[in-house]
Amino acid sequence: MAFAGRVALVLALAVSLYGITAALYGARRGRRDWVDSGRHSIYCLAAILTVAMVILEVAFIRNDFSYNTVANTSSTTTPLLYRAAAMWSSQEGSLLLWVWLLSVWASVATFITRNRLRDIVPYASSVLLGFGAFFTTLLVFFDSPFNQTHPAPTNGAGLDPLLRNPSMLIHPPMLYSGYTFFTIPFAFAVGALVVRRVDADWIRVTRRFALASWLFLGIGIVLGARWSYYELGWGGYWGWDPVENAALMPWLISTAFLHSVMIQEKRGMLKIWNASLVLGASTLAIVGTFLVRSGVLNSIHAFGASTLGIPFVALIAAMTGGSIYLVVSRREVLRSEHTLDSLFSREAAFLLNNVVLVGLCFVIFWGTFFPLISKAVTGTSAAVGPPWFDRYTVPLALILVLLSGIGPAIAWRRATLANARRNFLLPLGAAAAMAVGAYTVVPIGSSPGVVLLFCAAMFVFASVGQEFWRGWRARRATSRDSPPQALLSMVRRNRRRYGGYIVHVGIAVLFIGVAASATFEHEQTLSLQVGQSARVGAYTMKYMRATGSVVTDPNNTGATMTLGAVLRVTRGGHYVGTLRPSAGYYPASPIVPGLVVASLISGDAVDQIGLQSSWRRDLWAAIKPLGTTLAANGTQLPEESLVNRADGLIPTSESGVDQLKLAYYLLRAIVGHYVAYPPAASFTLIASPLVMWIWVGGLIVFLGGLTAIWPAPSGVRDRVRARYLARVGRELGRA
Amino acid sequence: MTALLAALLIAALLTFVLWALSAPFRARGGDATPPASDARRALESAKQAKYSEIRDNETDYRTGKLSDEDYRTLDRQLRGEAVEILRAIDELDALESSTGD
Repeated sequence: MAFAGRVALVLALAVSLYGITAALYGARRGRRDWVDSGRHSIYCLAAILTVAMVILEVAFIRNDFSYNTVANTSSTTTPLLYRAAAMWSSQEGSLLLWVWLLSVWASVATFITRNRLRDIVPYASSVLLGFGAFFTTLLVFFDSPFNQTHPAPTNGAGLDPLLRNPSMLIHPPMLYSGYTFFTIPFAFAVGALVVRRVDADWIRVTRRFALASWLFLGIGIVLGARWSYYELGWGGYWGWDPVENAALMPWLISTAFLHSVMIQEKRGMLKIWNASLVLGASTLAIVGTFLVRSGVLNSIHAFGASTLGIPFVALIAAMTGGSIYLVVSRREVLRSEHTLDSLFSREAAFLLNNVVLVGLCFVIFWGTFFPLISKAVTGTSAAVGPPWFDRYTVPLALILVLLSGIGPAIAWRRATLANARRNFLLPLGAAAAMAVGAYTVVPIGSSPGVVLLFCAAMFVFASVGQEFWRGWRARRATSRDSPPQALLSMVRRNRRRYGGYIVHVGIAVLFIGVAASATFEHEQTLSLQVGQSARVGAYTMKYMRATGSVVTDPNNTGATMTLGAVLRVTRGGHYVGTLRPSAGYYPASPIVPGLVVASLISGDAVDQIGLQSSWRRDLWAAIKPLGTTLAANGTQLPEESLVNRADGLIPTSESGVDQLKLAYYLLRAIVGHYVAYPPAASFTLIASPLVMWIWVGGLIVFLGGLTAIWPAPSGVRDRVRARYLARVGRELGRA
Repeated sequence: MTALLAALLIAALLTFVLWALSAPFRARGGDATPPASDARRALESAKQAKYSEIRDNETDYRTGKLSDEDYRTLDRQLRGEAVEILRAIDELDALESSTGD
């Protein structure tokens, strides 16, 4: 079947190239049939790549190690669920996932627009197929997922244990969906600029796809943060890692676009700015894909070195150069139709929000690429760490939270001082009450930055709450709906407005979690014997006993051996909970003859954290059983002397299967010894407040985004349209 | 067996691709649902955007963000702009029907 996969990729490349030619020829000659054939190429691309994906997925599930990518990233001991997701841990697999998602989303986009934007669609199709051609070229000529080795190895190297986390099943597809979705607004922006048409219909189409990419990328970022928190064993969720930053940058730019496009929609302003934001966000999305795979910057997320640096740099250069050319050459079409009515208006707040978001993106871009910049200038690669990022991003984030409360409270076009006084009274009062509370009730006054952020968040809650209350009251006054119905129909009738407000609340909640957990976290890293305790903030964590298992990994990640601990947590002498951190040991590949027991556990060693999470605080623990560092891979292997003795007991004259059976038997004995006579273990213990609110905030943002993107029911839309048509008709009569 | 399956799969893919790519040429002249003109689409979108702006203005007023006077001024202005769009749609309709005649 690998041959069929290779043929499918060649066919995908041929179809992409044909589609580009057909669409452009049709556009130039005014031939609708050629344009449609070009559009059909996108559907064909999706179908062909779906077949390729299925072939590869079946190979992973069936443990077909004749495929190099399966042998390198999966094994018989990798649980089925993770085998199914192992495809995107390799470069070639993730590229296939990328182009498959691109083809699926591009098919959706071109199907939706099949009867509109007819002059733009051929160029948009060509751009989308251009991306398809680029990625299928990489898969056909540089790094095919269907390369094979014969005879096939009996087992594979296994999936990187760091990736054996439920978040990893969905995080990469979400992130890549976000990245690939960005190509759609990009393609439509290029098409619109080529034909010099940036009207309301273009905005309607582009805005919805930009919102979808923003939503998917946002989910991907939050899931990535959760993975970091649960899997990486350092207790954090955001480390300003280049790959994290690469996902955040296009998300920030698309957030700016989603705000400023409303100004273009309402006032015909900021056309150059909006076109630049769309083109910039998409280019940054490709930069993100490049960083994940290139290894050009040191990252915990770069799971393998890449050979694709030059093609990606060429693509990014082409996108940047082409975007600049199109915006500059079309500046006449992009001229603003109006000017700002008042500096005290929602438009002005959105403009400020854009400046802050783009500023934030610039800071992150500078910090991320500083190692490359410094190397180019001084010849030495120097990196900037989290404190550098925090110095600039914290004040900007504070302004951003504040603006997300100001925006909803002021009107479009103009606001008067009297109305502003009335609208800001409650939010300012809430913020002031929070400030007073911070110094009296809640003991956070020692940290002015956190107090300011909490006050800004309270400002947002009050501002948005007031908007919901007034809108609901107005709805109740004009309808016979019951109170819950009135609330629902109010949101349903104006999903964008209220969806946006919900997102603002989610962002404020998320930042509360970030500020509190980052500032008031207590952390201890120390060595404990069974029976010893450690004090972490207000909590006492006592190492009660050691645990261990062989093969039956309690976390179902396929670890050969799991060693852990039971920690009893108390506060003021009262029992709070039990934490069960463990470390999973994975087999090395291949098994070394004469060192079978050592081979079974001397692959990677990965933390499985112990966590007790509540709305007030998280108690977090990771364990590293102490031992001798193995020279081969730096793994700390406990009970090394026993492991060496065990390997000496296995006769090499036995068959491989028998040696393996004996090795597992001896390993169980070693684990039994570890549990009975546990040596000291190194623990990282953390008590961190309000972490859960980061995930809750992310969920609220997701719900708000979903509310905003959900299409209005056609019945409602038609009724609203009919009512307004009648009103405009009446106005016409008066005129 | 696997080789046969692979060959069948490739043949099915090729057939589907050829069928899908040639469909627009085979259906030439048989466009069952002629799409509205792009100019009309653009005007319809502009109209929807203007209605949404009128609704936003009304919501701003009802939620206390605009004074009576500001609301009335803006509402009048927005409705005037909506009227202009409707007039452009009517003109386009008239043009299309005269071309059709």
